Amino acid sequence: MEKRNLKKVDIIFDISECDYLAVLDKTILRDPDEVILDIIDSGLKGRGGAGFPTGLKWKFTKNEDSEIKYVICNADEGEPGTFKDREILDRVPEKVFTGMAICGFCIGAKEGYIYLRGEYNFLLEELKMKIDLFNKQIREKGLEFTIGIRSGSGAYICGEESALFESMEGYRGEPRNKPPYPTVAGYNWKPTVINNVETLVYVSMICRLGPDKFKELGTKDSRGSKVFSVSGDTPSAGIFELELGMPLNEFVEEFGDGDTKAVQVGGASGHCVPRKQFNETIIGFEGIPTGGSMMIFNSSRSMYNVLHDYLEFFTEESCGQCTPCRVGCQQLLKGIEAVKKGERKPAYLEELKKLALTMKVAAKCGLGQSVANPFNSIIDNFREEIIY
Amino acid sequence: MRLKYADNVIFRNYLKDQAKNMEQIALTIDNKKLTVEKGVTILQAARTIGIEIPTLCYFNLGDLQIENKPGGCRICVVEIEGRKNLAPACVTECATGMVVHTHNIRVLNARRTVLELILSDHPFDCLVCSKSGECELQSLAQKFGIREIHYQGEKSVYRKDTSPAIIRDIDKCIMCRRCEMMCNDFQTCGVLSAINRGFQSVVAPAFEMNLDHSTCTYCGQCVSVCPTGALTEQDHTRSVLNALADPTKTVVVQTAPAVRAALGEAFGLPAGSLVTGKMVAALRQLGFDYVFDTDFAADLTIMEEGSELLDRLTRHLKGDPHVKLPILTSCCPGWVNFFEHHFPEMIDIPSTAKSPQQMFGAVAKTYLADKIGLKRKDLVVVSIMPCLAKKYECTREEFSSDGNPDVDYALSTRELANLIKQANIGFTSLEDENFDDPMGESSGAAVIFGTTGGVIEAAVRTAYELHTGKELPKLDFEELRGLEFVRSATVDFDGLPIRIGIAHGLGNARKLLEEIKAGRSRYHAIEIMACPGGCIGGGGQPYTHGDINILKARQKAIYEEDKRKPLRKSHENPSIQRLYEEFLGTPLGEMSHHLLHTHYFDKTGEVIISE
Repeated sequence: MEKRNLKKVDIIFDISECDYLAVLDKTILRDPDEVILDIIDSGLKGRGGAGFPTGLKWKFTKNEDSEIKYVICNADEGEPGTFKDREILDRVPEKVFTGMAICGFCIGAKEGYIYLRGEYNFLLEELKMKIDLFNKQIREKGLEFTIGIRSGSGAYICGEESALFESMEGYRGEPRNKPPYPTVAGYNWKPTVINNVETLVYVSMICRLGPDKFKELGTKDSRGSKVFSVSGDTPSAGIFELELGMPLNEFVEEFGDGDTKAVQVGGASGHCVPRKQFNETIIGFEGIPTGGSMMIFNSSRSMYNVLHDYLEFFTEESCGQCTPCRVGCQQLLKGIEAVKKGERKPAYLEELKKLALTMKVAAKCGLGQSVANPFNSIIDNFREEIIY
Repeated sequence: MRLKYADNVIFRNYLKDQAKNMEQIALTIDNKKLTVEKGVTILQAARTIGIEIPTLCYFNLGDLQIENKPGGCRICVVEIEGRKNLAPACVTECATGMVVHTHNIRVLNARRTVLELILSDHPFDCLVCSKSGECELQSLAQKFGIREIHYQGEKSVYRKDTSPAIIRDIDKCIMCRRCEMMCNDFQTCGVLSAINRGFQSVVAPAFEMNLDHSTCTYCGQCVSVCPTGALTEQDHTRSVLNALADPTKTVVVQTAPAVRAALGEAFGLPAGSLVTGKMVAALRQLGFDYVFDTDFAADLTIMEEGSELLDRLTRHLKGDPHVKLPILTSCCPGWVNFFEHHFPEMIDIPSTAKSPQQMFGAVAKTYLADKIGLKRKDLVVVSIMPCLAKKYECTREEFSSDGNPDVDYALSTRELANLIKQANIGFTSLEDENFDDPMGESSGAAVIFGTTGGVIEAAVRTAYELHTGKELPKLDFEELRGLEFVRSATVDFDGLPIRIGIAHGLGNARKLLEEIKAGRSRYHAIEIMACPGGCIGGGGQPYTHGDINILKARQKAIYEEDKRKPLRKSHENPSIQRLYEEFLGTPLGEMSHHLLHTHYFDKTGEVIISE
């Protein structure tokens, strides 16, 4: 497996050459198809965690025959342990707006929206001002595209793209059945590109410097760099942009406190990697992908408590729509409690693991499907901590 | 109001457009090759080759296009080769080359786990649950052979919400959301919807207020579609048994038209069996002192409502600018609740005639009580109704006198079936019997009150003859019949064209009301019934479990009963004529006004959204 050494980079927050209007000027003179080809060529994959190739998403949406299309920036950063989008929107929002405008230009959308996490409302006023200015500037360039902003109400599930659309339309935030995918029927059931905040910034970078520059970083399956939110038992918590494809041991060497026993890669819905697997784990789409959350746990932490917290979170944040997730999360939570208390035999954990795997294949959306990631990885690697 | 499901119609239409080219899709289900049209789901495709994939949240009332498929329960999951996850058959459309497995071990295990999860959060009180035997969750558990629940986490506990008509026992809710679809999409009442998140999610009125503080119309369609015992009716059978056993009381029963076309289903008879005579015999065996017919009161309703229509029309033709047209029917209590809540500015448009149930009660506790020499308080009036809103209607204050209600208890068709079963009456082998006099005689016009289009057809039969003075050449108005949601027809009143509108389902009624509000309505008279198909599909009828053919059979039976009646026009009913001669005087006269007419209330102030 191709791997890279840990390398800190500075692309996202670099404002030395941040003339976003120049990027836009340059891009809208080009043929939209060529721009999309550039994005495809760059190998950029969605930075929200799922990693769908961004250029393909744009191409599919562009190919849809519809008068109305939308660009949505998913800023409902709800994954526990992720806090990079907040920083991006605070420090370089124009780069995000530019990415949205380029997308609108490419796919033929006239409207774009930022769906801002409810807890980030403190950013709202300033963002609105900057959006107004940006809208005015691009209007002067003759680009028919307007950005608006919508505020969430604090539901984790609204970060799921189709639940986000429902929420934007004024309904209860619940995932839709797929297909149809957003590229065919998204916001208002119109073709929609929905991208993570960070993805849109990389789009403007690719348009500024070309896909080759982007490809210089990362591996074959994980091009470019990525912003990581580092938290937990680390002397240097914070936001770091790192090249993709690094092995986890290098990450731990850089950020750990010398006593790291596990890293939760990808937030509550991600995988828990124990110390013995650090060397063989690659952070990237070929290994363990992440939306940016890296939670470091040292030996003072009880992995039972960690898992318990995650399960409490899922039990509360499930939308309640589908059985596997609504009831399943609660059963997993109560199940490990019962084993811990000795009310059920340790063998019950096997039963619960099977339940988690059923949730993985039968739940309606990513929330219920991904509960098995932390559950099975923590049970498998820290079984004794759960039981005793 | 923005309605979620209404908006989805846009998408459904989009899908239909996509399917227009009628592309054929070839796929394989359980090793059988088949070809279906584009847009067909795996569930539908499997049915065409005899494979019944189990479902729970899925609900489909056939060609009425009342459909619920949130893909939520996950009972119908199937495996599609090449896909990582299982797919819900009810919402997944067939695609070319798909290879589907509906019962391999992976699928069966997932289904069993899902079902166990549902059961792990469901009370185990089947023995005392009113839905036992009709519960779709219970039958699935049977079918899957569930003998043990592997997961023993928490069960959600929720308070019971009791209203005059509907009881919400949300511990039994499985979040299928059928009620939500009915309440929002079909009835546009917006009362029930999912609230809270995660394991705490339930379907409830806004802010978890009680139903009787909401805009609920008590139409009971949520109860009709609920697969479990989460939504049931307020049960009055015990009270009725007590009244029957009380020697100081004389108990009178009236039976609504739609009951006779559905009651037989509860005793294993095929849908559409007319059981009028057996029903009368059974009621007599139960010990009712007089077995009368709501149809008698329906004829009376036509006399009053028909006269009111003619009165408004005549004044309108004379140029009176204050006349309110179109006139709207007022027999359906769900519909009355609906406009009182949602269109309070229009409460002077509907006919002021009481519903047949309440006309019957008012006449029984005056005219009949006098006739048989009883005091009002010694007479108990029980009605058998296909409806749950009737339970609320009879508790309305304006329908009582000194605290004594005109109708004491309204039982649903289902409750009557239970009473008959409790009393060990062999229903199917009963000999037919006839209703008692003087409130048992009725015309065919009254029978058709039980179906959409029937009230207005009955009114037309009478109004035509009263207006023109001529005999109707043809009694069957085919143009007013059917199951289409909104229908219209013009009836020629001897040179005067009367434009008639019909709607069933409150969402469809809303469309006609919005037209009136906007001044665009071109109708003279509009009939509205709250339930799909009218009373035959009422909230108190035996459960259809989404079988549209049952509704169709009941409707056919109603029209058959009309055809075979010697009397077919309300004004020709001799008992009605006698009632006017002996007691009421003339339609719309003073006595009628006092006993047979009512007024409506602006109920917007009764809704409480926080305490």
